Amino acid sequence: MQKNDNRAYLFIAPFVIVFLTFNIYPILLTFYYSVTNYTGMGGIENADFIGLDNYRRLIQDDFFFTAFFNTIRIWGMNFALQLGIAMLLALLFTDIRLKLKGVNTFRALFFLPNIITIASVALLFSILLDWNFGSLNQMLLSLGVISRPINWLNNPTYAQSWVALIGAWMWFGNTFIILMAGISGIPTDFYEAAFIDGANWWDSFTKITIPQLKPILLYVFITSIIGGLQIFDLPMLLTDGRGAPRGALNTMVLYLYNQGFSFANFGYSAAIAYGLFLITVVFSAITFKSMYRGQVKVKKGGTK
Amino acid sequence: MDKLKAARGIIYFFLGLLVIICFVPFYMMIINATRSNSEILRGFSLMPSTNLIDNYFVLDSYINIWIGFRNSLVIAVAVTVLNSYFSALTAFALVVYQFKGKNAIFIVFIVMMMVPGQLGLIGLYDLSSTLGMLDTYWPLIIPAIAAPFTVFFFRQFLVTTMPMSILESGRIDGAGETYMFHRLVLPILMPAIATMGIFTFIGSWNNFLFPLVIIRSPRLYTLPIMIRQLQGSPVAQNLGAIYLGVAISVVPIMIAFIFLSKYIISSITAGAVKG
Repeated sequence: MQKNDNRAYLFIAPFVIVFLTFNIYPILLTFYYSVTNYTGMGGIENADFIGLDNYRRLIQDDFFFTAFFNTIRIWGMNFALQLGIAMLLALLFTDIRLKLKGVNTFRALFFLPNIITIASVALLFSILLDWNFGSLNQMLLSLGVISRPINWLNNPTYAQSWVALIGAWMWFGNTFIILMAGISGIPTDFYEAAFIDGANWWDSFTKITIPQLKPILLYVFITSIIGGLQIFDLPMLLTDGRGAPRGALNTMVLYLYNQGFSFANFGYSAAIAYGLFLITVVFSAITFKSMYRGQVKVKKGGTK
Repeated sequence: MDKLKAARGIIYFFLGLLVIICFVPFYMMIINATRSNSEILRGFSLMPSTNLIDNYFVLDSYINIWIGFRNSLVIAVAVTVLNSYFSALTAFALVVYQFKGKNAIFIVFIVMMMVPGQLGLIGLYDLSSTLGMLDTYWPLIIPAIAAPFTVFFFRQFLVTTMPMSILESGRIDGAGETYMFHRLVLPILMPAIATMGIFTFIGSWNNFLFPLVIIRSPRLYTLPIMIRQLQGSPVAQNLGAIYLGVAISVVPIMIAFIFLSKYIISSITAGAVKG
């Protein structure tokens, strides 16, 4: 191997300097603010050190808990829907007997909503779902599905469901592409052998496809939960930006943003950021653990 | 055989239906962009009307959406170029040289991939304020130089595709390290740069939270911030103009996607398989 080469430091210097300044330092600064009552104005030197008060407040804050459960509920609905559709599509398009055509076209069409700016999507849906003049209500009324317009964005359950639905609409194409790549990577001999042994479709799905897909499913799950915990643009722009209706769209990052930049509570906002980070780590760890354990079990089953 | 044919027919029918459902929102957006406010208030229609130009003038009297386009483009291009170039440089150093602190960098990478971007939001805002960078593009662009995920991806790519022998023979020919990076390594990395570049560009183009916090002056607004400005603005009285504003922000992306979809889709798969 090469010996210690000082030229390397020259090449990595820009990365390291920027990384320390614009990545690590802001994160540490945020932590420092989280133990002060800094408002964000008038300079940090005028703020007081208040120890863990912000964190104490956080674990007793009903608004934060509501924001947490809102985020989880929206993510859960979104993920179930997204994964269900994506899995179904992936199975259909990889089925060796069906031999469906036009995979590339369908993949592109289903993926398209994913690259549209969320701000645009949110504004679009906020007017499409308008109570009196939105196209959706007008369409449903003229089709006779409903007799009175529904105030979609004024009902907590509807509003949360719409955020989940819009999220699923944006992301199922992405998940479909990933799952399909995963399923295509499974050797076909596995299925042929299972078929010879008299396994039916459900057996091959649960005994071959799912276990073989575990790493990919883990990737989908982790990226989805990390992204889902950070949901912000859509709930902010779909209603008033403060979580209406009745706080149902108040997600954790929206709460963080409003505490910091609408209510001038930099210190508390910083504590929310660390709370969110902790929650993200815990969820990722749980996912890793449970998936890993699942895999060990499958291996044991195989050696029997 | 016939049963299979029938199944296929039913599946295609439902796939078609799914495509229609996916595109109804965009279709309504384009149709409504051509209709007057009173037409939209009266009811919905699947046929375009004739008010596109009028709607454009209403929209244009309030915001210049093309400025938002230009601003988003400037930022996204700068971010993509910096991200690609400096990530390649860093990955090159990590693969080719042996040096102290290399392992520490790897550990930091893995940890940083788990850290949500919002964790440093408050700190970055305050740092920008201290450096006098609030209401400029610098806090949105400079951090692109240090992108752990891109470096990681490039490193994996180099390890599997770049033979060390070409560097050895370059050195024997008297080529400098920087020269070799530009002439040998960057070309090898090109496919990986294209893959990550598309995602970096889309990510920057759609970025909402950071510009929202950093940018104040309307002339510096990026497209997403401008779109937000439309909501609750005087233009909101005219639904046709709002639909048009959204349509203008969406349609160019759709057109770009038609040309790039092949690359984008293969990139997603690459990310998942490597990740």
